[in-house]
Amino acid sequence: MNKGQEVEFVFDGKRVKGYEGEPIATALLASGVKVFRYTVKSGSPRGVFCAIGRCTDCVMTVDGMPNVRTCITPLRGGLIVQTQKGLGSWGDTR
Amino acid sequence: MIETEFAVVGAGPAGLSAALEAGRAGVKTLVIDENQASGGQLFKQIHKFFGSKEHWAGTRGIEIGNRLLMESEKAGVKVMLDTVAWGIFDGGKVLALKQNEGIRRVHAQNILLATGASENALAFPGWTLPGVLGAGAAQTLVNLHRVLPGMKVLMVGSGNVGLIVSYQLLQAGAKIVAVVEALPKIGGYGVHASKIRRMGVPILVSHTVKEAAGDGKVERAIVTQIDEQWHPVPGTEREFEVDTICMAVGLHPLAELAWIAGCQFAYIAELGGHVPLHGKNMETTIPGLYVAGDAAGIGEATAAMEEGRLVGVDVARRLGRLSDREAEMLVSEIESRIESIRSGPFGDMLREVKKKLIERRG
Repeated sequence: MNKGQEVEFVFDGKRVKGYEGEPIATALLASGVKVFRYTVKSGSPRGVFCAIGRCTDCVMTVDGMPNVRTCITPLRGGLIVQTQKGLGSWGDTR
Repeated sequence: MIETEFAVVGAGPAGLSAALEAGRAGVKTLVIDENQASGGQLFKQIHKFFGSKEHWAGTRGIEIGNRLLMESEKAGVKVMLDTVAWGIFDGGKVLALKQNEGIRRVHAQNILLATGASENALAFPGWTLPGVLGAGAAQTLVNLHRVLPGMKVLMVGSGNVGLIVSYQLLQAGAKIVAVVEALPKIGGYGVHASKIRRMGVPILVSHTVKEAAGDGKVERAIVTQIDEQWHPVPGTEREFEVDTICMAVGLHPLAELAWIAGCQFAYIAELGGHVPLHGKNMETTIPGLYVAGDAAGIGEATAAMEEGRLVGVDVARRLGRLSDREAEMLVSEIESRIESIRSGPFGDMLREVKKKLIERRG
């Protein structure tokens, strides 16, 4: 199997490694990240559930855009990925 | 507006096979898929297929996928990837697409919805915790992306998906603490069950998961025996230390576009739930609008490919690219292959319910 080049991206302010072109979600899982977001009402944690872009449980804020389905969004070096709280907010790249 | 003779939503086994068959006959065909690559769910199926000798038995899903991509390329099938078909208008003749941040439309006299299926879930306390996921999801992660969702797994459901994914997780280095099955017997093929039992995995029949617990993620699973009325048997609870719970409790057709278009549906439990009524040629109750594959009732990829071919032939015949005689010959070949796929204990049942579905369409 051909993996992409190893690249670095930022997850919640920390540098994390992954492979270019793999889904953001698998790079995070491989780094031990389980919680991808917290729900709007109860603030309970969610992670990868369907892994094919149907369920939206794995949505995160990516480069300031909330609700990105990380299981089907390819990783690129330098992406800023954040655990999403509720609906997230636009332009949030802290 | 994009004009084409035949538009297909979904570049999985059914959609590609339809496009391939139509493309060969000279029909101007366009396939639309929301993913980054064609092939649907074939590429996560690294195991050898079962079923009829005549039809792909002994071949791995991934090889079927590769062959399908090669053949479609040869037939000149055009696939628009990374494009979501989100609506259908004008009596099922116009598809609305989202591509990047823009909206486009496709007009076609013939449209096939080959949109596949989605995994069922079980709701139990703790089922939303990170670490609870679909068995198909785990299969995608491990086989396609080579990343394990966790190291200690409880599998819920002993159908073929549960058994095969358990084996593949074992191969990838995870531990399967147990497979639980609510029914009093194993659901899938004996050969798959034996494989994982030989590796020391207990299959607990008449058992189900009662609860998932943990601090912000799955750390424990509580399993209980159930009686014939599906009630938990007191005193039979067992706790397993796990970081992952996979649910292999079936699939349901993804047919939203058929609902939107106004197709008539029937609820058929054996086919996974609500299914668009379709004829022998896979046409829904809306003329020129077809369904095939899991969207037309959950089945095997091999049958999905044949159903797709039926649509491709029918469209080519309608457009006059195949004579009635040529089409009839192709259809009878395809139908006999479907017959052979749908033989044996699982297949017989499927064949009967599919017959019912077609009769209801009239």
